[in-house]
Formats: sequence, structure tokens, C-alpha cells
Amino acid sequence: MEGLKLTNAELMVYIHPSKSGNKLKAICRELSSLLFQYDETFDGVLLAFDVTVKSKGAKILAGLNPYFGVKVEASLLLFNPKPNSLVEGKIVKISPETIHVIVLGFSAAVVTDIDIREEFKYRMRNGEDCFVSSSHKRHVLKVGTMLRLQVESFDEEVMHIAGSLLPANTGCVKWLEKQSEEALHMDRDDHKRRKIA
Amino acid sequence: MGASEVLTDPSSLYDVGNGEYSDTYTMLTVRNALASVQNGESDRYEELVQSMQIIKGADHAVWADLVTILNALSGSVACIDIIHHRKLLSSVFGMSLWDLKPHVMDALVGLLISLAATSGKYLDSCLNMLIGHFVPPRWVIDRLSQRRVIDQKTDVLSWVHGAILKISLLVPLAPSRLLPMLAQQMPKINKKDNLVVMYVENLFKLQSSPIGQVGGSMIFMMVMERLRDLDLEIDWDDILQDDSSRGMFDMELEDTMNEGEENTSGGNVVFESLDKLMVISFDHLESCNLDGRLDQVFEKLFGAFENFILNTYKSKVSQFLMFYACSLDPENCGVKFASKLMDIFLSSNKPRPTRMSAVAYLASYLARGKFLPVSFVASMLKRLVDECADYCGACNDDIRPEAHQIFYSGCQAIMYVLCFRMRSILNVPLFRSQLIPLESVLMHRLNPLMVCLPSVVAEFLKQAKAGGMFVVSDSFIFDDLLESELSRAFGGPERLDTFFPFDSCLLKSSNSYISPNFIYWSMVRPTYEEDDDDEEDAEIIVNGDEESDEEEEEGDLDYSMNKMSITPKHSFKNKMERDRLLKMPSMIRHSTSPESL
Repeated sequence: MEGLKLTNAELMVYIHPSKSGNKLKAICRELSSLLFQYDETFDGVLLAFDVTVKSKGAKILAGLNPYFGVKVEASLLLFNPKPNSLVEGKIVKISPETIHVIVLGFSAAVVTDIDIREEFKYRMRNGEDCFVSSSHKRHVLKVGTMLRLQVESFDEEVMHIAGSLLPANTGCVKWLEKQSEEALHMDRDDHKRRKIA
Repeated sequence: MGASEVLTDPSSLYDVGNGEYSDTYTMLTVRNALASVQNGESDRYEELVQSMQIIKGADHAVWADLVTILNALSGSVACIDIIHHRKLLSSVFGMSLWDLKPHVMDALVGLLISLAATSGKYLDSCLNMLIGHFVPPRWVIDRLSQRRVIDQKTDVLSWVHGAILKISLLVPLAPSRLLPMLAQQMPKINKKDNLVVMYVENLFKLQSSPIGQVGGSMIFMMVMERLRDLDLEIDWDDILQDDSSRGMFDMELEDTMNEGEENTSGGNVVFESLDKLMVISFDHLESCNLDGRLDQVFEKLFGAFENFILNTYKSKVSQFLMFYACSLDPENCGVKFASKLMDIFLSSNKPRPTRMSAVAYLASYLARGKFLPVSFVASMLKRLVDECADYCGACNDDIRPEAHQIFYSGCQAIMYVLCFRMRSILNVPLFRSQLIPLESVLMHRLNPLMVCLPSVVAEFLKQAKAGGMFVVSDSFIFDDLLESELSRAFGGPERLDTFFPFDSCLLKSSNSYISPNFIYWSMVRPTYEEDDDDEEDAEIIVNGDEESDEEEEEGDLDYSMNKMSITPKHSFKNKMERDRLLKMPSMIRHSTSPESL
């Protein structure tokens, strides 16, 4: 899974004087208001944070309401899937024309038929919509499957990912990992055989 | 792989059998038409847009074509471009489910879900269009008495709610886009139709759905805000002008008792809307209770109450939403409501009017809630008494009433609750013993007996004396009511000293939900013996009274205001005013109503 990054940041959080009773709560409240929103400063969607107040001093802003600024050190978990990166999500709906996926439980991703590689054929199996690979019968995409897809674009406003299944390293995560494990075993076996020989 | 490649080789993607061939073919045609615009050829595209226009009285074939096109578009959403296909999109978003046959609705809803879930660009437009259906068109509103139209309304709204839910399942952040739209599209207070009522019905439907888990509190905020707006829209002066000899409260109660009469005969649309809105809110709370999620909903409801109602002065009806929720689940919600109000009252960082208002709500709630056990009322009173006693201990030399408003409001709350509950509390020695510090509070040099509302104090002392709660000095039997100027001072310009929020539910239908769990003054058994013959001794009845001959006509307006327990327009100048002050804030008259004991 790509697109996730952990960043350390030094932030100045401005707090309303009425919230001075419980500063940590007020800081968390301020930062919580940024959650699940794309922020240009952070260059990503804030998913989680952990703050520590380093100094007891605060800077009071002059004005009608004397807000005070508290310097905090925060580690931020950000999500910003760049084009061509690989992300993973759960399939929630399949139709002949689209595969709907939810990434990290909040971001909607869609792969339309234009971006599904030819290997995958739409089938109806036991009343269930699915895409089955014509070259590997066990490679099946259905509702509930964890799907690895390539990011085509990311709409920061609504957190919408346009995805693609054109590259060969995309598809069912479980199947892809099994394949790579088998490939690794085969490599080792080859290596042993060569050694014996 | 581009769209054009798919178009040239449809079989590469679909292998669904011959039966689906025609659908696949239509989809290819539609995709070609969509692609042609970008190549500068718009004939087929124009034809496509044209075929989406609904003609009134169209035959089955036209509807069937429309369904086919909509289905084909659902499968071709990826080929739709927001700039090149603006015309097509505007005709899709311009359609209304109200004009369509059920099978066409299915196809249109499918397209909307597809549009919303496939590209973030269309999400807002789709949600907006769906919300737009919460308020039916005029022709539906006019025919809502017809069975067929009611069925259609049910159908359309179930499609709309189904679509919103499906979209939010596919796009988890859809509710966060939806909620601001809901607030924006909420009808304003409409003088002609009950549009707000219909809209709120849909909001509650959403609240009951999984979307309510995310946006439930926002939905309650919206409803509470509108309730408050309607509540404040009621102008006492206008109502009193309808019939100057009758208070609105009389009208409501009498009509409640005499079914068949219209309480909104004056065409008071705001009243009607508010009443209907309250009733659907009550119904919603009841359904939440039946589903076992009232406890969870109550938190959100209280948040909305705190935001919109608690600080609204002269709120007449909206607060009964809380009362009703508490009556449905006294053990959880009922206790929680009182505790939260107490916490607000005791919280030193809240503004003064909020704290005074909270204790006024608390007092009124503890006095009126039939469902509250005496033990709970006594425990809350104990907290109030202890708080006041602590305050007395820490009091400085400044004894101006303005400087101790919170203290006086606490004292008045204790006395007010005891006016209703004294007999039952004094019957239990433990509860009686818990009230012992009250005597020292009342005898303190801050002198709450002289500052609090005379009507409350007089009734309290009368009962305290009769119940043997403590020795009542004769000096407290008021001979100079001008002292109540002090009460004015403690109540502040808002006259929070005269605010008793749960005095009575003024609306006919809403009152039918409230009255079974409501303690009317006439139901209260005071500690003293009542004497009906004594004209001078004011017998205290809160609700359910009939007209009394002794009221002078010119006093009607003020008298009505008294009954509502809003700031009385007392002048404190003549004897008549003074006499009235001897009465309870709600209403003090000879009991003739069936409710009085």
C-alpha cells in the first residue's frame, strides 16, 4: 500500500481564550477539525495525529478575542495517493462496467471498464457479480475482495480515486501475494538445483 | 486502453450471453454518441439529449426507450465529460422522480448512483437532486388527500432514501457532503404550506438510517433550529388580538378537552406547523425508543437543545421535545437530562444567563415530570441545597441581588420544586433530613425569601409552615410586595426569575403526548388543607382552569402572560397587581376544571 506517510510537524495552534481550561483538549479539537480533509500545507489528507506540547509559553494574539497560540510538535499520518502509486481497498460493488472499492474505509475508488485489463471477464457466479481472470481461473475479483489498484487520479475535494487495473501487478491482493510467494519458492528451488548440480 | 477500443470490441469485456446483446448494443451506441461530441459531431448526441425529454402523456414505447437510454448511460458514466456533455447532465439533473413511472424511476436512480459513485465531480449534483425530492411539487401537495398520490409519495421517497443510502455505502464521505446541503435546502418558515414538516419527516428518516450514525446530531440541530424559529415566530400580541378576552393557553386547553373544535381556527399557520413538527418529532423519538436507540439519540438531542433552546428566552414549546424523550425513558434519559442541566448550572465557566436558564429548566422539569421518582427529585434538590449552602458560606459583604443571581436562581428553583413536591418529600424522613441546610440558606443575610419571586416564595412558605418543614417567621408573610423589585434585579433584564419552561404545552396535538406524563398544578396535593370557600386565599392551579369571573377584563392580557410564565408585565404599582403577584407564576385561580382535585 502506497500513498501513506508519517510526517513530523511543528505547528502553532490558536486557541480561543474560553478553552484555556483544558488546553490539550482544545488542541486536539482544533486538529481533529482537520481530519479526513485534504490540506495543502500537509500535502495530504490527515488521518491521525499525535501531539506533544513542548513549551509552556503561549503567544497571545492582539485583537477582540485574545486567542493564544500554542506551539506543538505533532506526528501526522497523511494520505496522498499520487498517480501511478498502488493502493489497496475492499471491493463493495461490481457491475459489468465498474468496480467500486473503498480504500482505508473512507476514500471511494472506482475502476471503470476502460481501465480493467482484458484478462478480466465479467461473470455472474452463483448470483454474484465478479470479474474472473481468463489466464488464471483462481484470480477472481468479487465483493469483499481486497483489491490492489493503480491510482490514475485523486480528487482531493471528495477523496475520490480513479483507479486502474491495467498493470499486471494489480488485482486481488491475496492472489498477487500468493503468486509472488510461489515465484520466490521457485527461485529458491532453482537456486538449490543449480547448487546440487 | 481507451473508450474507443472498448467500443470496437464489446465482446472483450462482456460475456453475458445473447439476451444481453441489445443492452450492450444500446450502450455502445450511447458511448459512440457521447464520444462523437469530442470529435466535433453532435448530431447523435443531440438526438440522445432530445430523447431524454419527457413528454406528458407519452406512451409505453417512449418510457421503455427512456429506460433503455438511462440504463445505457449508467454503464457509460466513465465516458461522460462534465464540460462536453453539460446539456445531457443538466437534463438528467433536471428530471424529477415525481413525473416518472416506477420502472423509469428505477433506471434514473441507478444512473444517479452510478454518476455519484463513479466520479467525485457529480456527487454534489446527485445529492442535491435527490434532496430536492424531499419537498414534493405543488400538484402533489394539492392532492395529498388522494390515496394514489400518497402511495406515489411513499414510492418516490423510498427511492430517494434508498439512493442516498446506496451512494453513502459506495462513497463513505458522502454524508459529510450531504449534511450541509440538507441544512441549506431546509425550507424556510413557510406561511402557506407545511413544507418544513414534510422536509423534517425526511430528515428523521435519514436520522433512522445508517447516515444518522454520522450525521444524527447535525440533523437534530437542524430540526431544533427550525423548531426554535417557529417557536419565536409566535407573537403573543398577535394571538391575544384574536380574542382579547381569551388567553391562548385557555384556548388550547379548552380545545384539548372539547374535541372537535379547531385550536387553529384563526388560521395561525405557524402554530399548525409547529404543532405538526412537534408531533412528528415525538413520533420519531418514540420509534427510536422502540428500536432501543433512544439513549444514543438523546445525547445528540441534548446537544441540539443546549445549542438552540437553552439560551432562547421565551421558548414556548420546543423544549417539550426533551420532556417527551425523558418521559419515554425516565431511567436513562430522564436522569441524564436533569444531571446535564445540573452540571451546566454548577459549571462556573458557563455564562450567567445559561446557568440561570439551566436551573430554571431543571426546576420546571423536576416539578412537572410525573415520571420522575421522588427519590431522584430529592437527590437533585439535595445537590442544589448543598450548593446554595456552600455559596452562603463563601459569601462576601456585597448583598446586592445583581451580584448573586446564580444563588437566587438556585434558591428559587428549590422552592419552586418544593411547591410541587413538598408533601411527598416530607413524608420520607431521609429526604426531609437532606433539606435541613435549606433553612440556614433561606435565613441567610442574602435573604432569598425577599428576593425570589413572591408568588413562589408565598406558596413555598405556606406549604413549609403547614408541613412543619421549619418554623416560618411571620415577618416572611409578605405585607409589602414592593420588595419584589429585588426579584427584578436578580432576574436581570431577561427576567429569568419568571421563566418556568415546562409550564404547559400550548399546542393541542403536542399536548396530547405530554399531558399523560405531566404534573398539572391542579394535581398537586399541597401540605396545607385547601379551602375552596376562602376567596382571599389563592388556591393554586396551573393548568386546566376555566374562565373566572373575578378576573377583570383589563387584566386579561397580563393574566394570560402570567399563565404562560413569561416575564409578567407587572407594574407593581397598584393593589390589583400586588394581588396577582400573590399567585403562582402559571395561574392561580379557583379550581373548576376537571383536572383539579
